[in-house]
Amino acid sequence: MATPAPAGRPLDPVQVDLSTRLATLRLPDPVLTASGCAAAGRELAPFLDLAAIGGVVTKSIMLEPRSGRPTPRMAETPSGMLNSIGLQGPGVEAFVAKDLRWLREHGVRTIVSIAGGSTQEYQRLAQRLRHEPGIAAIEVNISCPNVESRGQVFACDPFSAAQVVQVVRRHTAPDVPVLAKLSPDVTDIVAIARSVREAGADGLSMINTLLGMVIDPDTMRPLLGGMTGGLSGPAIRPVAVRAVWQVHAAYPDLPILGMGGIRTGRDAFEFLLAGASAVSVGTAVFNDPSALARISAELRGLLAARGIARLSDVVGLGHVQQARHVAAQAARRAAQEEALA
Amino acid sequence: MAPVQVTAEVVGLRRAGAYHHMTLLAPGIPEGTRPGHFVALAVGGEGSGMLLRRAFSIHKVAPGSAGTVEIVFATHGQGTRWLADRRRGDKLDVIGPLGRPFTLPREPVACVLVAGGYGAAPLFALSEQLRARGCRVDMVLGAASEDRLFGVLEARRTSASVTVTTDDGSAGIRGRVTDPLPEIIRAAGADVVYACGPMAMLAAVAEVAAGLGAHSQCAVEEAMACGIGVCMTCVLPVRGADGVTRMVRSCTDGPVFRGSDVRWADVGSVPPDTLGAPVAGGH
Ligand SMILES: Cc1cc2nc3c(=O)[nH]c(=O)nc-3n(C[C@H](O)[C@H](O)[C@H](O)COP(=O)(O)O)c2cc1C
Ligand code: FES
Repeated sequence: MATPAPAGRPLDPVQVDLSTRLATLRLPDPVLTASGCAAAGRELAPFLDLAAIGGVVTKSIMLEPRSGRPTPRMAETPSGMLNSIGLQGPGVEAFVAKDLRWLREHGVRTIVSIAGGSTQEYQRLAQRLRHEPGIAAIEVNISCPNVESRGQVFACDPFSAAQVVQVVRRHTAPDVPVLAKLSPDVTDIVAIARSVREAGADGLSMINTLLGMVIDPDTMRPLLGGMTGGLSGPAIRPVAVRAVWQVHAAYPDLPILGMGGIRTGRDAFEFLLAGASAVSVGTAVFNDPSALARISAELRGLLAARGIARLSDVVGLGHVQQARHVAAQAARRAAQEEALA
Repeated sequence: MAPVQVTAEVVGLRRAGAYHHMTLLAPGIPEGTRPGHFVALAVGGEGSGMLLRRAFSIHKVAPGSAGTVEIVFATHGQGTRWLADRRRGDKLDVIGPLGRPFTLPREPVACVLVAGGYGAAPLFALSEQLRARGCRVDMVLGAASEDRLFGVLEARRTSASVTVTTDDGSAGIRGRVTDPLPEIIRAAGADVVYACGPMAMLAAVAEVAAGLGAHSQCAVEEAMACGIGVCMTCVLPVRGADGVTRMVRSCTDGPVFRGSDVRWADVGSVPPDTLGAPVAGGH
């Protein structure tokens, strides 16, 4: 038997308070873009009020301009896609001069994602951004190969992941939260979470894409120019929900920006129940550039229908519900045994 | 004009040789559309497992409260097959107009319009605007076979001359569009060549045009996932005004490029002198 949800009478959707917090960052709306899926943000301006959404997470910025990988850079897969963009970008100087400035001038809450090939590069990025106004938080994309460690991805090694997060935290203004973005391609994601938490991460973004490959049956070789690519979209959602669940269970106080396959308000709700305080929407934006506003409205309607007045009340609620369910089952079993005795 | 996202209605769908010709009631899109613009369609219906948008160059538009947009497509895969199965009255999520359109000459110069297959679709609206400016328009339409030619009759009605080529000789000259092209450019005294079609054809057309001192404007068909500039999948190496090669997005910087700016031989790779290209021992 299912435990009933702790719901009141249905509310008028306008009564629902969608505001949330990611560490010290207050957000009026819990739905943000995902890094690399909204370019610099302004490309979405024709389809969305960017100042009204939770915020824009920029594509990962590196120190120098980067051309990215050769084409083909994407392959559609069942309910998802594989991409190998290779962090194409203009470099931090051009980003600050043009993109960051535009976002600031348009009142967009901006989370700057940074990426590097060495701990030193992450440090210099943090130093360069430290005195730039208009940065709500830094997201550290550690799913990059470490050139100093034979290309081992930072996010897959608790030690180098922690090292990067530590230097970024040290060189970022104290009032700007630092989120570490985790890769699901690890044996134990809780161990990586522990390690970056101890290194000073104020929160986590999870999950990044899963490494995949598509082989073209006509050419009989890998389809992507970069051979392998990152899998994203609804196909990975259960993996992402599981990862958020596990980490929230281990560190309930560690804020999580949840992502991976979110396409509807219902999907976002799953992440909140698993323990995310806010969500990013990536691949779904390619399908529907106005998805963020729609998802936020759907989430509002869904909370209202359940009589939940505050979004913050459902963060991690899945764990509470599960514990109640288990306790109720145990009580029933005990009662049954007593009756039989 | 900024693109709009609208729920469009299918008001017409018919076969055109090997292709499908779809008319959409898509208010708001025709007004800002110029020749060379494209639309991006979501496929598979709500909640579809096919997430990526399909991009199609706009064949024709009719502005007004019943504004319509026409596209021509071949069935390449699951998404385009789904589109071909639509019925009148079905709804589609459409974004447009997208991209940078063809640039029109200021003077009434002679122009040659070259197409490969359904690449002819956007050229008729272009031809109309060119002729309205007093330009002479000659057309070259090429395809693998006769059923893959598009718009030959309309071309004949509206152009100073029409030359047809097919790979198998089932219609017109057996061969490629670039076989008769030099003579057509010379005979017309053309200053500009406009082209739309597969990448290899565009590369060859741009080379012929450059060899004869004509400008070329090429509309590329690069694989796109979003059509609006957010995914970075649709890039190709293009030389900028500053001489520097960058990997640029064909959806926002294109789909129309000056033929002389595109590094045709390097499409599908990142030339070593590209801004931010990987360096030996580096990233
Ligand atoms: C085309 C593409 C580019 C991406 N680029 C980045 C990036 O630059 N930095 C990053 O941290 N994540 C990047 N991601 C990962 C997304 O931010 C997100 O973590 C992942 O796609 C899962 O979410 P989704 O299923 O909603 O897309 C990219 C994803 C895609 C599809
Ligand atoms: S198709 Fe997405 S950036 Fe061009």
